[in-house]
Amino acid sequence: MALLDVENLVVEFPTRRGVLRAIDEVSFSIDPGEVLGVVGESGAGKSLTGAAIIGLLEPPGRVAGGRIMLNGQRIDDLSPERMRVLRGRQIGAIFQDPLTTLNPLYSIGRQLVETMQTHLPLSDRDAKERAIKWLEDVGIPAARARIDAYPHEFSGGMRQRVVIALALCAEPRLIIADEPTTALDVSIQAQIIALLKRVTREHGTAVMLVTHDMGVIAETADRVAVMYAGRIAEIGPVRDVVQSAAHPYTEGLMGSIPSLEHRVDRLRQIDGAMPRLTAIPKGCAFNPRCPSAFARCGEERPDLLPAGATRAACWLHAGGARG
Amino acid sequence: MADIVLQAEGVTRDFEVSRPLLQRMLSGEARRTLRAVDDVSFSIEKGTTLSLVGESGCGKSTIARLAVGLYRPSSGEIRFEGQPLSAARAQAALRRRMNMIFQDPYASLNPRWRVRDIVAEPIRAFGLLSSAKDIADRVGQLLTQVGLAAADGEKYPHEFSGGQRQRISIARALSSEPDFLVCDEPTSALDVSVQAQILNLMRDLQQQFGLTYLFISHNLAVVRHMSDRLGVMYLGRIVELGAGETLFRAARHPYMRLLLEAIPDLAMVGRTRTPVGGEVPSPIAPPPGCTFHPRCPLANERCRVEKPLHAVVDGVAVACHAVAEGRA
Repeated sequence: MALLDVENLVVEFPTRRGVLRAIDEVSFSIDPGEVLGVVGESGAGKSLTGAAIIGLLEPPGRVAGGRIMLNGQRIDDLSPERMRVLRGRQIGAIFQDPLTTLNPLYSIGRQLVETMQTHLPLSDRDAKERAIKWLEDVGIPAARARIDAYPHEFSGGMRQRVVIALALCAEPRLIIADEPTTALDVSIQAQIIALLKRVTREHGTAVMLVTHDMGVIAETADRVAVMYAGRIAEIGPVRDVVQSAAHPYTEGLMGSIPSLEHRVDRLRQIDGAMPRLTAIPKGCAFNPRCPSAFARCGEERPDLLPAGATRAACWLHAGGARG
Repeated sequence: MADIVLQAEGVTRDFEVSRPLLQRMLSGEARRTLRAVDDVSFSIEKGTTLSLVGESGCGKSTIARLAVGLYRPSSGEIRFEGQPLSAARAQAALRRRMNMIFQDPYASLNPRWRVRDIVAEPIRAFGLLSSAKDIADRVGQLLTQVGLAAADGEKYPHEFSGGQRQRISIARALSSEPDFLVCDEPTSALDVSVQAQILNLMRDLQQQFGLTYLFISHNLAVVRHMSDRLGVMYLGRIVELGAGETLFRAARHPYMRLLLEAIPDLAMVGRTRTPVGGEVPSPIAPPPGCTFHPRCPLANERCRVEKPLHAVVDGVAVACHAVAEGRA
């Protein structure tokens, strides 16, 4: 059974000019121990999907349809109090900026101990020992000596390690990691990805990894969901999505990334820009920019259809029209 | 020999990072300086792109600012077409021939100005055209060149997306008809598909107008796509400098080799790797000897005490004892 099951999730923002639908019937699932990458450009709805799952949507945003199941239990209609208990214990979160995640006024040891004691029955001494073990686990040198240090005494990469320890210390089954390496330098980025991969594998934690960096996804994820204008355009095993994309948007997105392996004269470019929420085109949201669009694309909105090893929301794959 | 547009020789730039005078007197502390750029030399030939790549704090943006005269070097010299930069900057005729594109297209455009006024500002400042109609025509032409419509000039910056704003920045940079552009992380605030549009546009403009670029980025893949020559920076120094393709095919300096190893790439599906250990040290207290030695797998006693000089092999300048001694 899937650990996380998101079914037809709809997130809406009521505004003066009408209701904006930021996430439009998104469905996916994550198995225990699996890493699902969620990619897309700014405004595609990838961070909002993560926020909806952990119950941290900024008002006036609200879940307006569908359901979110964790371990077979519905969690999108829980009261804020019950959600708070669930968060940390069942779902951990890692955000982009480690400085805003950590409380600058408390030592990192105190933050770890407090998090663990909120969710697990631990004595002060046991909690502290465990905190030291977690810091060692995420690669903080001299963990015992630094447990009473404050966040500002650590560098960016070290802080992100502390945040990972904090997200994992109550041993949740699922981690939502929203751009965990974006604020870091490349050499540090690789360390953090390797760390996240190792600790989540060791603890059997499932991860939803939200990022705009396809390179990070390629190395980390088992499966990947590509989002466009609030919907999933394509979802499937990472190798198939990266190397033989079925959706024209995914194909264009992969082609637009400059490669380290070889140099091309011109990068492939998708003309235009992602539509604003106020002006989502009729039919397939990608049709005005799509090189393969035909009449049906401007009329009907495609659902995810089987396309080789992946599933793509694209009429090219209706009734075996193409491969 | 091809024309050299910009040449830097032994350029060093220090910043004072001392604590306030009173605190210093009370605690008996000395003044402290941060050497952001340390003895850097390079030259850029006309119509080519030199890229500088490195992690945060390596001094690449300081060099960008030095190159257009926003900072003065603490020592060393920068020459623009053979003349000292400060002298070149004093002449409007030379000053208009260099311009800069910044990273953040949200902060670098005045939100209260219409786009046509933003793009026309350098034309007016240098007095390149005088009649209102000529200026309007030229602005329309510039906006079309960067892939916008002439009618977009009537709008304000907030009406545009990040990629379109960066196009406006490029149109403004081109309006004084420069031949040298300093681009400081021009695409790092943009999404990848938009980044591809901007990079393609910059290459097209380079071919069309024979522009010379100093291109600053932390993204090695972008740098590979853009550069003819490449300088790799670490803690204020250029540790390796040579033809871009040579560096990507056969990097010599251990730092560049580690960087190439560390970068997540689409081709890495399902592969694992060992990341570079350690972090960039603080430039306020750089390690002695070769500043990379605490993270370098090849470091020995000599690296810990003696600063390596550049040795040129096959047109690539490398500052590394291990490479010079053949240990790499």
